[in-house]
Amino acid sequence: MTPAVEVNQVKKRFGSLIALEGVDLQIDQGEFFALLGPNGAGKTTLIHILAGLTIASSGNARVMGHDVVTGYQEARRLLGVVPQELVFDPFFTVRETLVIQSGYYGLKKNDSWIDEIIHRLDLTEKSNTNMRALSGGMKRRVLVAQALVHKPPVIVLDEPTAGVDVELRQGLWRFIKELNRDGHTIVLTTHHLDEAEALCNRVAMLKLGKIVALDSTQNFINSISGISIRLRLSPGPMPASIESLISSRSEGYCTLTIKEYSEIEQVLGALRKAELQVLEMKLMQPDLEEVFIKIVGSKSD
Amino acid sequence: MIGFYTLFHKEVQRFWKVSLQTILAPILTTLLYLLIFSHVLEEHVQIYPGVPYTVFLIPGLVMMAVLQNAFANSSSSLIQSRVTGNIVFVLLSPLSYREIFMAYVLASVMRAVVVGVGVYLVTWYFFDVPLRSLSWVFLFALLGSAFLGALGIIAGIWAEKFDQLAAFQNFIILPLTFLSGVFYSIHSLPPFWQGLSQLNPFFYMIDGFRYGFFGVSDVSPYLSFGIVVTCYMAVSWLTLKMLRTGYKLRH
Repeated sequence: MTPAVEVNQVKKRFGSLIALEGVDLQIDQGEFFALLGPNGAGKTTLIHILAGLTIASSGNARVMGHDVVTGYQEARRLLGVVPQELVFDPFFTVRETLVIQSGYYGLKKNDSWIDEIIHRLDLTEKSNTNMRALSGGMKRRVLVAQALVHKPPVIVLDEPTAGVDVELRQGLWRFIKELNRDGHTIVLTTHHLDEAEALCNRVAMLKLGKIVALDSTQNFINSISGISIRLRLSPGPMPASIESLISSRSEGYCTLTIKEYSEIEQVLGALRKAELQVLEMKLMQPDLEEVFIKIVGSKSD
Repeated sequence: MIGFYTLFHKEVQRFWKVSLQTILAPILTTLLYLLIFSHVLEEHVQIYPGVPYTVFLIPGLVMMAVLQNAFANSSSSLIQSRVTGNIVFVLLSPLSYREIFMAYVLASVMRAVVVGVGVYLVTWYFFDVPLRSLSWVFLFALLGSAFLGALGIIAGIWAEKFDQLAAFQNFIILPLTFLSGVFYSIHSLPPFWQGLSQLNPFFYMIDGFRYGFFGVSDVSPYLSFGIVVTCYMAVSWLTLKMLRTGYKLRH
């Protein structure tokens, strides 16, 4: 099967700044894929190259087998992009915006699909409102709708939930998940690693224009061994049997790392024997955030 | 074809929705020029024998409005889309660079013709302006506005900010229009300025356009036609090249 997205040795320079330093990537049809990385890692540049908004200095990229430069018309027809900036045309209403966008893709009678996306994105009440009069969250929904007017098999979302309230975020992801279930390939960048973890089957981490890690979300999480227990205890010396499990201490808290949940029993037993009281306890499972910090060396935002 | 038509239609709607500013304002400005210049000069100047100065002035002013509005339409639309960022919707679409070119140029021609016809109709009510050849009139109006529409695309892409576009307009377009023989025949100029005027492509557009009304002109309309076509093709070639390579649009 043709990959949904194929990126071969793509490099991009802006003057002396190197934005991408030889990126290779393949995303299969039907995947829910996340591009993660700190600001300036090259995520948006990579997306822009796929969309034809930026031209690669060398290397090539394909969408559903069509080169984004030599076969740009086919490639763009198969790709829907939600840009990061909140852009809109102040001359038109929501519906007009969507009808115009359909027209750019050569679609004339697209009303039933436009009605559906307006409905699905909860824009029905605003469909005849001028774009200028919409709130930021509403404008974001229209951007998503615009990316979907031509039913593209590959959908790219660049920070779709930046500055968006919780309600919309959940509604949006529900819709995107359904599109994915219907066979659309989804590629997203996000600063919310919990979102990437919950939604994406595979993750690529970028740093300084390079892919530094690429694996399934599950493998990433499994790569971090152990469960953390954060404890606040009544004062007293720690029993020796626990001492070796302590991974960090700070301001009256200590964090222990165990391999399996069954070990909790032993920890609590040892504490009871030493007559230490548990004042607070929190169990922390490994998550993508932890992996990200370990690999990329900084927080996501 | 649907893609091209959609962009063209959107561009027409864009100026139509603010027609007070894009159609009526330029018509009013042009009529004010006519009022003032005819009042001051009517008694003193006669350029073509038997043609009152005001009547001589009308075709020139119409063409000036046509050219300026053609330029204003594509250039302001592009700079607005670029500054606000919504040009991305066109750039993400499969529209070819030729379709984008055609849509912007034709929308410019459309606005130019609407303004030109508007000015003409108002003056026609008050003055008796002869109309020898409608085909020459339309030929030059269409070619001239297409030329300025394409030039507007170049300026709209080249300019990074509104003030750069204003500079392009004030330091290039405006002097070229004012010094093209809108208000006078170049035969009335000293030889040096006459020679200089003949290097101005706008002169040939105005002169050829005026020929359509009076059947008289400073140079042969065929020469004007040839020069205007050549200029249009040169500017179109450059515009298409910029759009094809994505100059300042696709980084």
